[in-house]
Amino acid sequence: MYRYDDIDRAMVKARVAQFRDQTNRWQAGELSDEEFRPLRLQNGLYMQRHAPMLRIAVPYAMISSAQLRVLGAIAREEDKGYAHFTTRHNLQYNWIPMARVPDVLERLAEVEMHAIQTSGNCIRNVTSDQFAGIAPDEVVDTRPLAEIIRQWSTFHPEFAFLPRKFKIAVHGAERDRAVVQVHDIGLHLYRDDQGEILARVWVGGGLGRTPILGEVIHEALPWRHLLSYMEAIIRVYNLEGRRDNPYKARIKILVKALGIEEFRRKVDAEWADLKDGPATITDAELARVSSYFVDPAYAQLPETDAVYDERLKSDKAFARWVQQNVHPHRVPGYRAVTLSLKQKGIAPGDITDTQMEAVADLADAYSFGEVRSSHEQNLILSDVELRKLPELFDKAKALKLASSTVGLLTDIICCPGGDFCDLANAKSIPIAQAIMERFDDLDYLHDIGELDLNISGCMNACGHHHVGHIGVLGVDKNDEEWYQVTIGGRQGNDTRLGKVIGPSFAAADMPDVVTKLLETYVSLREPEERFVDTVVRVGIDPFKTSVYGGKLNRKKEAANG
Amino acid sequence: MAEILKNGQVHNDNWQVLRPEAEADLATVNLPAGQWLIPFALWQVQCAALKSRSDIGVWLSPNDDLTEVAKHFSQWPLVAIDFPKFTDGRGYSIAWRIRNHYKYKGELRAIGNVLVDQLFFMLRVGFDTLALDPSVVVATAERNLAPFPDTYQGSTDNPEPLFRRLDRTGAAQGGAH
Repeated sequence: MYRYDDIDRAMVKARVAQFRDQTNRWQAGELSDEEFRPLRLQNGLYMQRHAPMLRIAVPYAMISSAQLRVLGAIAREEDKGYAHFTTRHNLQYNWIPMARVPDVLERLAEVEMHAIQTSGNCIRNVTSDQFAGIAPDEVVDTRPLAEIIRQWSTFHPEFAFLPRKFKIAVHGAERDRAVVQVHDIGLHLYRDDQGEILARVWVGGGLGRTPILGEVIHEALPWRHLLSYMEAIIRVYNLEGRRDNPYKARIKILVKALGIEEFRRKVDAEWADLKDGPATITDAELARVSSYFVDPAYAQLPETDAVYDERLKSDKAFARWVQQNVHPHRVPGYRAVTLSLKQKGIAPGDITDTQMEAVADLADAYSFGEVRSSHEQNLILSDVELRKLPELFDKAKALKLASSTVGLLTDIICCPGGDFCDLANAKSIPIAQAIMERFDDLDYLHDIGELDLNISGCMNACGHHHVGHIGVLGVDKNDEEWYQVTIGGRQGNDTRLGKVIGPSFAAADMPDVVTKLLETYVSLREPEERFVDTVVRVGIDPFKTSVYGGKLNRKKEAANG
Repeated sequence: MAEILKNGQVHNDNWQVLRPEAEADLATVNLPAGQWLIPFALWQVQCAALKSRSDIGVWLSPNDDLTEVAKHFSQWPLVAIDFPKFTDGRGYSIAWRIRNHYKYKGELRAIGNVLVDQLFFMLRVGFDTLALDPSVVVATAERNLAPFPDTYQGSTDNPEPLFRRLDRTGAAQGGAH
């Protein structure tokens, strides 16, 4: 994992001092609310429904056990004893008073953490594959270049006041686990015949009000040009992106308006001034940063273990957990383990202070002291010995972190919604909880199989509803909360946006709607066919018929549904 | 008399920013002697008459066409970029382009809605003077000129990113874990 040197440390400390000064000036009236707003947002601080919300950066998903302990202690001492993992690796606190934020940031700086650029119209925290460095299908470990991108984007003088937020995601495996096509810039790192790292560069993807998949702007960009090429893209965007309407201000709207050919022409013209210039990444820098991501001291282990095999045969609950929550590892005898943050009665992604500290202990005991956070809002221990899985399962279960539902219906991605978020049109957490309540039969969940259910409380789509196999979007109609349902969306290499099945539903109907969708799937599916594949094969009509043909209490409403 | 930041200090300055009414007939705007910063649109209209004057500089709106602007750089003692709103960040990229693509070497000033908290970024992208709002507390401005001890990425002030300026190998405390 990357460690700060004196410069990194001094930069983060200087940011804390700067923010403390800004907070003081705001409190003294020297900065207006309007002037303070972008400054606090660039430090992850939102004014929310009940209290401020502070979003801490977890760069490309990596957290150390020492960091997690401090995050837990802050949750206990400064918040209400819990925090929330977001859909972009980050961690959010909901109840820290504004005046305490500088001190909290100072405490985070001690463990090389910060809230820099976790919000605001700037380059946001770079996201990646939670299995980077360990996935068997990985071609390029994304972490060194992600760290180089993190440093480059930190306090970038030219790109702190862009038309809108700007998100970069990077993956380097055969299977895209970072949903790069729904990012402002998505990078897929791969290798040419000589082993040289190249990037396929996607631009103009994004969810939100106008969901659009990115388009390829460069098929084979050599890694050393990544920074200069992205600088060219973002400069064109900064100068030409719309600023008249925040809903039309993302780069996706510019790319659509110009067309990818014209946008590429402009970027190439801009890049002509930059290519091979000083922003070109050096071999030495890649080597330096890569040196932080060398393998931990893996043991030489057999690929099998008798105790593990025995438990697998004798304990159905363990076998299920292994099937859903344990993932392959490129090193023999090792596995990655997802600790599920999806428990009945708890908001998806929420974790308590003591759970954080316990996960830190598990990471120290089983996974070289490192934890990853996934955009599915779970935590991952990336380097667990196969033979230790039974004892880890027992411990995780005792901590209520072992729901064997990863990738299943109740592994719901869910934004904080109207319970917390000021932007939300509707609550999202109660919908997730009602669905988790309804579908708590593991046999049934496993029979239904892989199913991504994503819920957003508004158009901003933090819950990635567009790419859920089933997507739920909270909408406001005449001050009432309604829920629009899409099906057929998916993430990964074949990312697609879901289709709306029809008029929206009342909150209380949502579990029934999901039941009907699943019944339709079960009646139509072919062997081994996933829900989303059935939708693709038969189309949305049979689902529509079953959902709307019944006696659901749906609102009579205008055709715009 | 306005206050500007230059070389890290506050100076008095005689350049007056002329902002004609939207419906003004630019051909008839009269410019008496004195240091005037005029909109590029006005320069275009009165270019022939103003060319010989050394007391006329131009301010650019983010909407001005830089390829047109660039034809005139040599005729102005001062170029300013207007920030209609402090959240409108186009001026940063315009400054970068003027310095690095068009190679303008003269004085480049930020005017308009500029926050103290943005001065550092402005100095980095290529501005050398910054017009301060009269409400700005000078001590606050001076304190914010260099909020960070170093910079990761290159820009106009220093095109070399940190990784080209310094060998950071092995500098982390504790090393990899």
